[in-house]
Amino acid sequence: MSFPWARQYEPKVAFMRYLDEKLPLPRLVYNATGAGYPVPRNLSYMWNFGSLAGFCLVLQIVTGIVLAMHYAPNGDIAFASTEHIMRDVNWGWLLRYAHANGASLFFVAIYLHIFRGFFYGSYKAPREMVWLLGVVIFLLLMATAFMGYVLPWGQMSFWASKVITGLFGAIPLVGEPLQIWLLGGYAPDNATLNRFFSLHYLLPFVIVGVVILHIWALHIPGSSNPTGVEVKGESDTVPFHPYYTAKDGFGLGVFLILYCVLTFFLPNALGHPDNYIPANPMATPAHIVPEWYFWPFYAILRAFTIDFILPAKLWGVLAMFSSILVWFFLPWLDKSPVRSGHFRPLFRKFFWFGLIPAMAVLFYCGGAPAEEPYVMLSQVATAYYFLHFLVILPLVSWFERPEPLPFSITEAVLGSDKKAVLQ
Amino acid sequence: MIRAIAILVGLGFTAAVVWAFGWGAAAVISQGYMVEPTAEHEFHQHPKAVSFSTDGPFGKWDLQQLQRGYQVYKEVCSACHSLEYVAFRDLVQLGYNEAEVKAAAAEWTVPSLDPVTGENTTRPGVPTDYFPSPHANAVMLAAAGNPPDLSLMTKARHDGSAYVYSLLTGYADQAGYKNEDGEVLLEEFPDAKTPTGLYFNPYFATLNFGMPPPLVVDGQVTYADGTEATIDQMAKDVSAFLIWTAEPTLVKQRQTGWWVLGFLIFATVLAWLAKKQVWAPVTPKRRKD
Repeated sequence: MSFPWARQYEPKVAFMRYLDEKLPLPRLVYNATGAGYPVPRNLSYMWNFGSLAGFCLVLQIVTGIVLAMHYAPNGDIAFASTEHIMRDVNWGWLLRYAHANGASLFFVAIYLHIFRGFFYGSYKAPREMVWLLGVVIFLLLMATAFMGYVLPWGQMSFWASKVITGLFGAIPLVGEPLQIWLLGGYAPDNATLNRFFSLHYLLPFVIVGVVILHIWALHIPGSSNPTGVEVKGESDTVPFHPYYTAKDGFGLGVFLILYCVLTFFLPNALGHPDNYIPANPMATPAHIVPEWYFWPFYAILRAFTIDFILPAKLWGVLAMFSSILVWFFLPWLDKSPVRSGHFRPLFRKFFWFGLIPAMAVLFYCGGAPAEEPYVMLSQVATAYYFLHFLVILPLVSWFERPEPLPFSITEAVLGSDKKAVLQ
Repeated sequence: MIRAIAILVGLGFTAAVVWAFGWGAAAVISQGYMVEPTAEHEFHQHPKAVSFSTDGPFGKWDLQQLQRGYQVYKEVCSACHSLEYVAFRDLVQLGYNEAEVKAAAAEWTVPSLDPVTGENTTRPGVPTDYFPSPHANAVMLAAAGNPPDLSLMTKARHDGSAYVYSLLTGYADQAGYKNEDGEVLLEEFPDAKTPTGLYFNPYFATLNFGMPPPLVVDGQVTYADGTEATIDQMAKDVSAFLIWTAEPTLVKQRQTGWWVLGFLIFATVLAWLAKKQVWAPVTPKRRKD
């Protein structure tokens, strides 16, 4: 589906006409990311991160496939094979650092993409399905990244796999057998490494599938925009190509510069030194921390330190998973008919002075040792996090008086819209 | 309905975490401190400030220093520490020619099998061999106190090269040792006395280090290039050598990076100009007020 004024694909060359009859793949691409997809004309640079995340996915798959040609998923030699890639494989250091930092950049893109959605109410009708699929992608991405981090089989790889699978052990009754089943043993070992490698290779392709659904679902209502006002006519849109291909191209350039600085000049800045120590089940690292992109959720996990009706560990596990699962319910929790935070004075305050600082605190505390004052800080931030999504958002939509919206996207951009005058 | 349930769930999580906060805060107030002060906490030192030729985005190898560092490793460290991921052939990168690498490899004895009887034996190293471990097996390694492999040491610790340098030069007399606040360790923590068999070193996380001081006198090695082998110089040289063993492609990475960065900046400027031109027809001209 698309807007009635969308441009139609007209193959000009005989071969393309032939192809269009037999397999209209060029038509599909034309309508999906070409001139056949009309997009609101007022998208800001915050709308770049979807395509950037897609770029990262392709990059990770390409570098990952080549790395897998040289890596050996065996507990005895996994660490050495990683060093073999770094030292003996031609440009192996580039592949590995590009893949490791590519994962970080992927999360940078996807977090900005998600928080763009939070602020501009991108999750609201008619785009609930786009949002739900997006949360599924995020969960798959977290699983993939976690299992990828285990593969070099360094100290943090080993202990992260132990801690994360240990979370399932907190589930009542089935916890312990479930944990043993997940690991393929009583502790992370060769069986764990092998299945993680298998899944780490599989899940990216599952992500590709869900990304296709995500984009498909997006094309039904079309893209949201910073005003949150729906498209009313042709003057509100521009064709995706060349307008947004050009804008995304520039965004990609800036993104790649950042990526290049990390990969070539600071390749280990976002990693942990302990992962250059081979996995050793007999030596526990002083501070077990996950990769930076999991820090906020790790802080939530560790915030529940005292039993309260349920065991503290179970609270932590429930809270950590719930902290993402609540995103699934956002379209029905936030009932304000106004999408964009620009026109919601109360929501905006809670977003900038509540959610963002709470996330920043959780982020910082998740990477810090489990001691005071970090535990207390993350407890306050965790409380706010759940209050924000589950209590404040539903209540704000009752009390808030939104500011007046522009008549149309055209009016927002040009200052006036002829159609608005006619009405 | 869904919002009523959500509010209840939200209040549930909040109650549990506020309960935990309350107990944590009560504990802090009753103890009077956030983190229990320990000898490690108060007296552990961060690595010293030290500079290497490879520092910064334009850093280069100092091949003379790497060769000196190799000599220190060979004559001192290799008695206990292996260098598992480095091969003799890699020494070409330190500026040795092929014949010199062959000669250097032959100075090492590597485990081998007798080609006739198949019995365990040894032979001189060849360039394709990796540096041999001084310990024949894991039990002997454990008996020697588990000296770690040094290949990746400067990447396996925070601020690794400065850390190695600081450990090597940081042994101190524990009696009367003061930190920067002037607190005397054994007065503040009389129980922190270093046990026999360990060596006091404030740059080590637990303050008590298992490795006896390896560099003890100036002139412990005799450098071929005439550099005076002070303890400080030897420590610096071997740290530089371990930067190389941990990341032999370090300088190549940055050189490649500059080319890639240059191209990307050029391409991004072009992309910016293209974007401006494409958008010009639909961009409202700013009114000059």
